[in-house]
Amino acid sequence: MISIVANHWQDLLYGLGQTLLCSILALFFSLIIGSLFAIFEVVPNKFLRIIARVYIEIFRNIPLLVITMFFYVVVPMFFVKVNGFTAGTIGLTIYTSAFIAETVRSGIQSVDPGQMEGARANGMTFSQAMRYVVLPQAFKIVIPPLGNQFINLVKNSSVLAFVAGFDLMYQGNTIASTTFDTLNSYFVVGILYLVITMPLSYYMRYLEKRLD
Amino acid sequence: MKKIIRYLGLLTSLCALVMILSSCGSKAATSNESVLKTAESNNTIVWGVKADTKLFGLMDVKDSKIKGFDVDMARAITKQMLGPSGKASFIQVSSQTRIPLLKNGNIDAIIATMTITPAREKAVDFSDHYFNAGQSLMVKKGSPIKNVKDLDKKGTQVLAVTGANSVANFQKVAPKAKVLELQDYAQALQALKSGQGEALTTDNGILLGMAAQNPGYQVVGGTFTKEPYGIAVNKGQKPFVNKINQALQQLRENGEYDRIVKKWFGNIAGFNYKEAEK
Repeated sequence: MISIVANHWQDLLYGLGQTLLCSILALFFSLIIGSLFAIFEVVPNKFLRIIARVYIEIFRNIPLLVITMFFYVVVPMFFVKVNGFTAGTIGLTIYTSAFIAETVRSGIQSVDPGQMEGARANGMTFSQAMRYVVLPQAFKIVIPPLGNQFINLVKNSSVLAFVAGFDLMYQGNTIASTTFDTLNSYFVVGILYLVITMPLSYYMRYLEKRLD
Repeated sequence: MKKIIRYLGLLTSLCALVMILSSCGSKAATSNESVLKTAESNNTIVWGVKADTKLFGLMDVKDSKIKGFDVDMARAITKQMLGPSGKASFIQVSSQTRIPLLKNGNIDAIIATMTITPAREKAVDFSDHYFNAGQSLMVKKGSPIKNVKDLDKKGTQVLAVTGANSVANFQKVAPKAKVLELQDYAQALQALKSGQGEALTTDNGILLGMAAQNPGYQVVGGTFTKEPYGIAVNKGQKPFVNKINQALQQLRENGEYDRIVKKWFGNIAGFNYKEAEK
């Protein structure tokens, strides 16, 4: 195990960096897109609701690998060139955003409807009421399930290994197949994933406590 | 205090995990049951073969059987070793999974377009070579790339498969190009089709098989390495290796080997099967 770290620390570090970068990008964009679709799902406009439903049902129910492969193989054939890292990050963002949308929607709907009515009765518009009254309460409720989604996102970023995205899993595969030491290679990779996900999960717990 | 206890608990459970895992590893490595004896008593040899590689081992979607040169060789060797009633059973492997599967005893031997290399000889034992391939390139028809020298430029991306030694070979000849490693040949070919790399590099036999199936693509530049394929078995199975070598020798003498090579490579344009038989 030590020899693997000693000989391949550069590859592993690069892989860790790629995994982190992909996770951060995907986390940022999927949170925005997911929240947007969650709001679309609860607005009075029927057209927006249908769009949100279709988006969520499609991408929540397709395997991540299929979405990623679509961007890696099909999109470059007909549209623009997409490299492995980008394809993986786009796939991960779309896939996770569908789950985040559902999570945030459940949060919004668990806020007492009286809150919305009260805000509207005080002269706020729908979007003002959403922004200042409902969403802050909704996000507080959904922090634990959202934390789950973030951790899943980090782990799902291993999809990059299938499209030559040079992430941790890819480096693990390469190291395992050049050193033939499968056990220790994947063990090191597993620990490096823990290095990312453990602080994340502690931070989410801390956030949850602080907001209580 | 509570926090410290929690961290300690985490640490101990991690340590326990390490210990459990490492004990698993050593058990697999020290198992020195004779593969030959088990094979003889079961009358079966379990072979690891490729299932995504035309000509060598390809899954036929019609009857879901793996067919190819490696598969036929494995059958012939099994019959030679265990007698006419000997059964060969096949498990699908990839360049990446074949050595781990052999090490943990899921398969008895690998016959999967595997080049004999010094690095691999540290992990497994090889039989005598049964096929002489060489590494080459496949590009889209009309591509400006004519040989491996054309790829030795910054910014060039070349596709290969994880676990294949073609990656290391290629990096020696064209150190400036970037190699993208994919999971198997089917995926690498898909990536070539969608322009993720300028060329796909691996052994000529595999590439010719792909080119035969995909008319828009061609093999260029001849071979730039020698890739003798061998049958790999786990370390410490000397009697099994000897028996395989003996069977190979007998197959070469009785003409069966020649027949199998001709069956698969006799009418492949641009492939000199006499060269491969040496």
